[in-house]
Amino acid sequence: MAGRGKKSRQSQSEYFFDYSLLFIVLFLIGFGLIMIYSTSSYEANLEYGDAAYYLKKQLFSSFLGIGAMFFMALVPYHFWERFAVIGYIVSAILILLVLTPLGRESHGARRWLFVGISVQPAEIAKLGMILFLASFICKMGRKIRTLKGYLTVLAIPMPICIMVWKITDNLSSAIIIFGIAALMLFVSSPDYKKFVITGLAGVAGAAAIVYVIVNAASSDSLSFRGERVLAWLDPEAYASGKGFQTLQALYAIGSGGVFGKGLGQSMQKLGFLPEAQNDMIFSIICEELGLFGAFAIILMFMLLLWRFMVIANNANDLFGALLVVGVLGHIAIQVILNIAVVTNTIPNTGISLPFISYGGSSVMFLLIEIGLVLSVARGIRLKDL
Amino acid sequence: MYKTFHRKKIVVTFFLCIAIFLGLAGRLAYLMVWQSEYYSAKADDLHERERSIKAARGRVLDRNGVVLADNRTVCTVSVIYSQMTDKEGVISMLCKELGLSEEFVRKRVEKFSAIERIKSNVDKETGDRIRAYDMDGVKVDEDYKRYYPFGSLASKVLGFTGSDNQGIIGLEVVYDKYMEGTEGQILTLTDAKGVELEGGGEGRIEPVSGNDLHISMDVNIQTYATQLANQVMETKQADSVSIIVMRVKDGELLAMVNVPEFDLNEPYTLTDTYLYKEIETEVEEYGKTVKKTEKISVSREELTDEEYQDRLNRMWRNGAINDTYEPGSTFKIITAAAGLSEGVVTVNDTFSCPGYVIVEDRKIRCHKVGGHGAENFVQATMNSCNPVFVTVGLRIGAERYYDYFEQFGLIGKTGVDLPGEAATIMHKKDAIGAVELATISFGQSFQITPIQLLTTAASIVNGGTRVTPHFGVKVTDEEGRTIETFRYEQKEDIVSEETSATMRYMLEQVVENGGGKNAYIEGYRIGGKTATSQTLPRGSGKYIASFLGFAPADDPEIVALAIIHHPKGTYYGGQIAAPVVRQLFENILPYLEEIGL
Repeated sequence: MAGRGKKSRQSQSEYFFDYSLLFIVLFLIGFGLIMIYSTSSYEANLEYGDAAYYLKKQLFSSFLGIGAMFFMALVPYHFWERFAVIGYIVSAILILLVLTPLGRESHGARRWLFVGISVQPAEIAKLGMILFLASFICKMGRKIRTLKGYLTVLAIPMPICIMVWKITDNLSSAIIIFGIAALMLFVSSPDYKKFVITGLAGVAGAAAIVYVIVNAASSDSLSFRGERVLAWLDPEAYASGKGFQTLQALYAIGSGGVFGKGLGQSMQKLGFLPEAQNDMIFSIICEELGLFGAFAIILMFMLLLWRFMVIANNANDLFGALLVVGVLGHIAIQVILNIAVVTNTIPNTGISLPFISYGGSSVMFLLIEIGLVLSVARGIRLKDL
Repeated sequence: MYKTFHRKKIVVTFFLCIAIFLGLAGRLAYLMVWQSEYYSAKADDLHERERSIKAARGRVLDRNGVVLADNRTVCTVSVIYSQMTDKEGVISMLCKELGLSEEFVRKRVEKFSAIERIKSNVDKETGDRIRAYDMDGVKVDEDYKRYYPFGSLASKVLGFTGSDNQGIIGLEVVYDKYMEGTEGQILTLTDAKGVELEGGGEGRIEPVSGNDLHISMDVNIQTYATQLANQVMETKQADSVSIIVMRVKDGELLAMVNVPEFDLNEPYTLTDTYLYKEIETEVEEYGKTVKKTEKISVSREELTDEEYQDRLNRMWRNGAINDTYEPGSTFKIITAAAGLSEGVVTVNDTFSCPGYVIVEDRKIRCHKVGGHGAENFVQATMNSCNPVFVTVGLRIGAERYYDYFEQFGLIGKTGVDLPGEAATIMHKKDAIGAVELATISFGQSFQITPIQLLTTAASIVNGGTRVTPHFGVKVTDEEGRTIETFRYEQKEDIVSEETSATMRYMLEQVVENGGGKNAYIEGYRIGGKTATSQTLPRGSGKYIASFLGFAPADDPEIVALAIIHHPKGTYYGGQIAAPVVRQLFENILPYLEEIGL
């Protein structure tokens, strides 16, 4: 950390700016805008009389986000360390604010705050959690290797997770926040055993829940998440209910074939597949661009993760590295869960595809996170690479 | 603080993520390559809307290939609201081409609906003209409509079809499955709300045309027989006239006339004969008040729906097959054949007719009140002498007579390939006493259909082969390849060749010198038998006059039966029915020789 302030004033050429990462992110955003227009234009035209309705909104958010990203990239990332605790508290307050008249309901769930633009507090909470944990773990030092330290780090995200889950009724965001925390903990602890055991316990627990649900005497008594599990195992049996969206997504993916129907040629986006421009956008990508298009997008995300790894491994300090690991975890988990949901690999839950799905606050906060990563990257001296 | 193990773990994390990505990529490949066909089919199912295309129904052709039932292309003109660009232009064009009022067209054009029908059953030329305007949002769909070029000819035999291409009566019903064909489909892409997509590309499954039915009818014979039937119905002011012409040796029907016929192209329009209402009136008769029903002519509007349906059913009824009657003297052919087979009578047996015969306590009169005096069996047949046939019948006995009834195929139906054939109405075997037997012997107290009488008589004179009367000969596909040739049951030796020959001789004598002499044609050998039966209840003053004739008498080829229901004035079969068959034979025998039948 020493001498950071002095170095940053020196000639820029000595320092690293990750243009590859910038290019990948801009590519994904551009591609996302094209796909949002493709998936939403038909419905938007019917509903708002403007085929570009969703595109325009997303374009606005993207520009805001890109501005924020460059701002974040220019500000040395250590500047934010002092806000770590405040960030955590503000996240919690914002989630609580959803319950006030500032909260807004959409799609049957109260998840948004309206302050000029609508914002999902869960998105802020993800960023807040990355910042807080990075700072906290650095301060813990070697204590993290103890069981107490391990459990402490696992406990930190819990209040936020439970609030996101219970107050905003958003289990998937809660899982993502917890996942980010777990990944940051994994990286900061030299141990493997604890993680393997915890991981196996998690898998066993999930399997047990599925087992219980499947064997439940009557599906009437099941909560709607229970039924989601049953619909996951046999979507065609729940074709008109919980399995509907999944089945429509599978129709879209399956009918794409190897080369797809061609850009703009999706049938499923014509009102058949709910949330086509949102959580289900990947299935429309599959339908229009085929297996090759889908592989190309997965490859872009792999490259993105690879850049994150390179930046994290060359970061000046653990704080920077952990920030990048947190962002890596955030994006990787969301991509994995999103693709797993649309391909019916896991039960259906609403998770958007980073940079591509429609959603203003999601893309803005992702770009802020990228800005943070770029800032960490700028701290790397070229001769260190 | 920042250690190597951190870097190692970051690399592990990265590869863990990559591994999961690859796993998901594998899952995608499975869905999009191996499962693609399954999900594509499901998705297509969801996106495609089916519209059916009617298949062309198979035609009906007579034995010479003349088309009796055909299809005409008609068009349905519709407009699609969302696609119209020039509504005013569409309105004025449709008004002009379809001859509709502007108000009518405007209302439909300006109605906001997916598709609005303007007019159906538009003839093809008009449809083509409208299509030639090539205006946006105007749709002309082609459709088939059954068309009968000969109008009312053989209406009750051919039958007609309903709007769903389904046979309603006649051959159209019986051969429906051969002629109906398979509907095609137009598949259109739609969005989730069912709105058809523009430029979505249409998939088509072409309809398969129905097969052509070839029948044994000869349109010339049918036409001529219809003329004769109409003529006699008019001159005798009869209620109805039926004429059936059949080939003796194989049962192929050449003509079946039931006048009044109706127009097959307008099957739901009642002809004048059926536009009546029955009114009950009380009349004083012999000092008593009697209820009488009277028919008065009315218009269609005056009929209730029930009455209208009833009149339609009456109009569509094929009397030659659906109705039974007491055959009367023509049935003596059967009694004679049974007597000869049983050996209870020979041609040379002599009888004496005093003008009546007493059976148990009944006195059955001969139509010649003074009696025919002494006569042999041939003469008795020529005279159509009731007492002689009663005697022969009694000699056979009820049990044996009933056996012959069965042997000749008179119990039950003929199996003709037309719907709704009526069965014989006969006494129960053990209920036939001497009086019943006596009346059966000259064709009373039971009822059979005309087709049954004709078929049985034909089988007796053709050497003893019971044939199945039929129209259907074969079915061919569009290219004329034969799909199926129909075979019909035949029963050999219902009478011996010898008895058959005797019957031919006797029946020729009837025409040459007996009651059927009005059917005699110079240069041809005709056999036949007349009949005059009273309509039940007796004393109604209504008669059925009939004549059954065949030619050539020594080796019969064709047989014809003419039945006149309720003629006014002279009502004897020999007087009014025999001339009908003579006129028919005069014309068709040379014709048949010419075409080599």
